[in-house]
Amino acid sequence: MAEKRLRILVAKPGLDGHDRGAKIIARALRDGGFEVIYTGLHQTPEMIAEAAVQEDADAVGLSILSGAHMTLFPEVIRLLTEKGAGDVAVFGGGIIPEEDAGKLRELGVKAVFTPGASTEDIVKWVRENVRPRE
Amino acid sequence: MKSKQEWLEQVYNRGKERPVRFSTLSDLEVEPLYTPEDVKGDYAATLGYPGEFPYTRGVYESMYRGRLWTMRQFAGFGLAEDTNRRFRFLLSQGQDGLSTAFDMPTLMGYDADHERSIGEVGREGVSVTSIHDMARLFDQIPIGKVSTSMTINCSASVLLAMYLVQAERQGVPWEQVSGTIQNDMLKEYIAQKEWICPPAPAVRIVTDMIEFCTKQAPRFHPVSISGYHIREAGATAVQELAFTIADGLCYVQNGVERGLDVDEFAPRLSFFWDIHSDFLEEIAKLRAGRRMWARLMKERFGAKNPRSMMLRTHAQTAGVSLTAQQPVNNVVRVAIQALAGVLGGVQSMHTNSMDETLALPTEQAVMVALRTQQIIAEETGVINTIDPLGGSYAVEALTERMEADAMEYIRKIDAMGGMLRAIDVGYPQREIAEAAFLYQRQLEQGIKTVVGVNKYSIPEEIPIEVLKIDKELEERQIQRVRKMKRERDSAAVREALRRVAEACRNGENLMEPICDAVRNDATVGEISDIYRAEFGVYKDPGWI
Repeated sequence: MAEKRLRILVAKPGLDGHDRGAKIIARALRDGGFEVIYTGLHQTPEMIAEAAVQEDADAVGLSILSGAHMTLFPEVIRLLTEKGAGDVAVFGGGIIPEEDAGKLRELGVKAVFTPGASTEDIVKWVRENVRPRE
Repeated sequence: MKSKQEWLEQVYNRGKERPVRFSTLSDLEVEPLYTPEDVKGDYAATLGYPGEFPYTRGVYESMYRGRLWTMRQFAGFGLAEDTNRRFRFLLSQGQDGLSTAFDMPTLMGYDADHERSIGEVGREGVSVTSIHDMARLFDQIPIGKVSTSMTINCSASVLLAMYLVQAERQGVPWEQVSGTIQNDMLKEYIAQKEWICPPAPAVRIVTDMIEFCTKQAPRFHPVSISGYHIREAGATAVQELAFTIADGLCYVQNGVERGLDVDEFAPRLSFFWDIHSDFLEEIAKLRAGRRMWARLMKERFGAKNPRSMMLRTHAQTAGVSLTAQQPVNNVVRVAIQALAGVLGGVQSMHTNSMDETLALPTEQAVMVALRTQQIIAEETGVINTIDPLGGSYAVEALTERMEADAMEYIRKIDAMGGMLRAIDVGYPQREIAEAAFLYQRQLEQGIKTVVGVNKYSIPEEIPIEVLKIDKELEERQIQRVRKMKRERDSAAVREALRRVAEACRNGENLMEPICDAVRNDATVGEISDIYRAEFGVYKDPGWI
């Protein structure tokens, strides 16, 4: 039986419009063999959690460059849990100082990629760490 | 003497070349040598004198011998009083113009107390919800004496109104107010992606502002046609040139269709370029842009006023070129980019600070960035000669090539029916995403190099000090906004907002009613809500 293709939701929370990274990651993940759904810009945590459930995503990749990550990332995780999707792997990237990245990991963000991370590293991380949801 | 072809075949040995790709940052292939054979244009028609058509060599006849460029550092964070302090610091350090960065809620048309603003208030710019914040921002700064640039787009009409009303309250007549508001909505859909309503009504608001400024605030630049964000989103230099000029043509077309005389409003249009790291490519881009604009304004719109044909520009060094790794290296990148800007003949410039990939810049980092411009202006001597690289075979050949390639894009966009149509079908958006992806590929394959990132990296990073934004300020701003909303005359606000809505519907120029709303303490979010209700909300098509 063919293995189920992992479904990854790439999402842009917050108000900033910097989607260069999100689009590159979305495309690299698609080229890496995953099903990719891109939300588009300016999503609220509620919209992202809802989309993750609707789309039956195995993981959610959040991209943010506005500095609001400490507010928005934990909120996405909280809402996913509330909707019974707490097992969806959440990872993210953007302009995130190391100090904040550590706190985000403690709050349940599985991986934080900062400027300079290659798309290859990210695809590899997803391949090795994301499992299909039961 | 041999021809260039003969020299290449008989003398130059490609076998001796290092095994790398010799191309610009934007991936234009570069030849080993340029000679007079590579420069096609007739001197008088393509170059001529500075201050004369087609302005390739500069918009003014005396250039930096007459007046240096304006050193204008972009600043804004926290509450209005925090940014006011930074502004006054910059003015005291010899900076001669102000440039305001607003926070995301202000940029997107939300009040600080809106739920979508949580976590973003004052974080990447200054929070301005009402005229009271604008008053705090310009406290002790004489609006009649400084020129102020405001980087804001979809909510620009409101911020321009606040600035003009604040001028009025300082006793400065509108005719004396000088500055620039970015207000380039087309590039928002293409690249920066801060919007409220769909493109067509957005361009109508921009045209209202052009008309209003032309008549009432003639020293103010109502649009800064911006390539910066297009480039930062991943465009090549040629795409930046082409899409930006195409945006400019769209605004001029709309102004003309509004019944304005092109020579009355075009002189107040200005530009804003990105200055990336490929030194000669950037200089060529700036020179090609001037020539293209001059020719298009003359040929397409029949402009007669020389000022309508002059592409005057602000420039900013490329934020996207800065690296979080080994951040002190960024000082070098910025210096080289700024030098390209000066050799390319810009009218004003912002130099990025070394720490901007990590956070908003510290005061120390901003000072180094400003000093970089002062060193170029006062130590290097490059300002002594106008367009000193003019006549370089390599620079002229590249200038011609970029103009030709960009014109090819403009013809494609014309054939689609203009920029608004091209945006609707996602043409520039997809071209940019494609270029960004290609560059990322080349980076990961090592075809392109970023020092300290994919080459010469070091395992241990030395941390540098970064600016921290106080988390409490969001709460303080929210409380302040709520208090203001409780205390103002709410009947007057409602009536003023009703008039804005009416103007949206009946096509009357929006600026007078917005100025009136702002005088009555209506907020950026409330006026943006009128736009949302009247014009609808644009949704990101999310092309990947």
